[in-house]
Amino acid sequence: MSDIHAYEQPKEAGFGDYVQLLKPRVMSLVVFTALVGLLVAPVSVHPVVAVASILFIALGAGASGALNMWWDADIDAVMRRTAKRPVPAGMVQAGEALGIGLALSGISVVMLGLAANWLAAGLLLFTIFFYAVVYSMWLKRSTPQNIVIGGAAGAFPPMIGWVAATGHIGIEAILMFALIFMWTPPHFWALALFMKDDYSNAGVPMLTVTHGRKSTRKHILVYTILLAPVAVGAAFTGIGGPIYLAAALALNGWFLVGAWRIWKRDEVQAEADNYAVEKSVFRFSLYYLFLHFGAILAEAALRPYGLGGW
Amino acid sequence: MAFPKEHEIHKRRFSRNLGVGLTLAAFIVLVFALTVAKVTGEGQMRQDNAAQTGGN
Repeated sequence: MSDIHAYEQPKEAGFGDYVQLLKPRVMSLVVFTALVGLLVAPVSVHPVVAVASILFIALGAGASGALNMWWDADIDAVMRRTAKRPVPAGMVQAGEALGIGLALSGISVVMLGLAANWLAAGLLLFTIFFYAVVYSMWLKRSTPQNIVIGGAAGAFPPMIGWVAATGHIGIEAILMFALIFMWTPPHFWALALFMKDDYSNAGVPMLTVTHGRKSTRKHILVYTILLAPVAVGAAFTGIGGPIYLAAALALNGWFLVGAWRIWKRDEVQAEADNYAVEKSVFRFSLYYLFLHFGAILAEAALRPYGLGGW
Repeated sequence: MAFPKEHEIHKRRFSRNLGVGLTLAAFIVLVFALTVAKVTGEGQMRQDNAAQTGGN
């Protein structure tokens, strides 16, 4: 009987569809930055506690992704970039996404509290709330500053990793937060430029929709200029050192050149080469963040040998 | 009586069940390892404290 019923529903979710609900690509960045935050902390953490903490931070990030997919199912269905996500594709019901998001939120926060400490758990809970409620439900559909303010959600993982290890919020944790927070707007605006009509079709007030593409190009340049001193300045703190300084100078120089090139172009030029510069800057921005955190990790790894740091 | 031909839905269900099963097993292992780490870690801390205070 149930089999007959099942044959009538060809779109039954496999395990992979539920994994997709947790936004695994975003989770990989969360895992990496949280791991760096935890490893560069000046305390020793039991390896099992460290692994568990990173897993539960990643799970919390996944939970917020599921909650985002539940809430944004209507606009995800309209945008080409997101139309194949499990909920708009019909593989997973929106209610399931909500249930999984809430359940994983509870599990991840409680388990991080038990594994590490309750300040880290509180920060994870706030991050999930910020991404699911403040960003997804409120900012995303109401203001072109959605990415600017909402970027805080993605900036918390290294801070949570640091707090999981140390039990308190240090200046180094705030600097790692600031690095991702300032990086997010130019990264997403570069994406918005070559996504063309996706956001306007979905009614999302991205900067490209509300202020136009010319203004977005200017904003990318301004935010990249503001990002550079934050990124380079971190070299002269406890998490920095000569390796980080060299990496930050090269990466920010490259990013500034890219932002400058985006600002100098107009839509006719961009259309002519199918947004080649915008796409390359977007791709580069991913390496930019990865390499900054890689350099922070390298400084911490070399410190015991007298090579890292100043 | 012949078994009905396996449908793609059965494969999906199997993948889902297997995934949930392995995830739960991994969670149990993690919680067990965490418990051992916490208990032995606290035991070590008590030994260190006892050594610092002369065994009192």
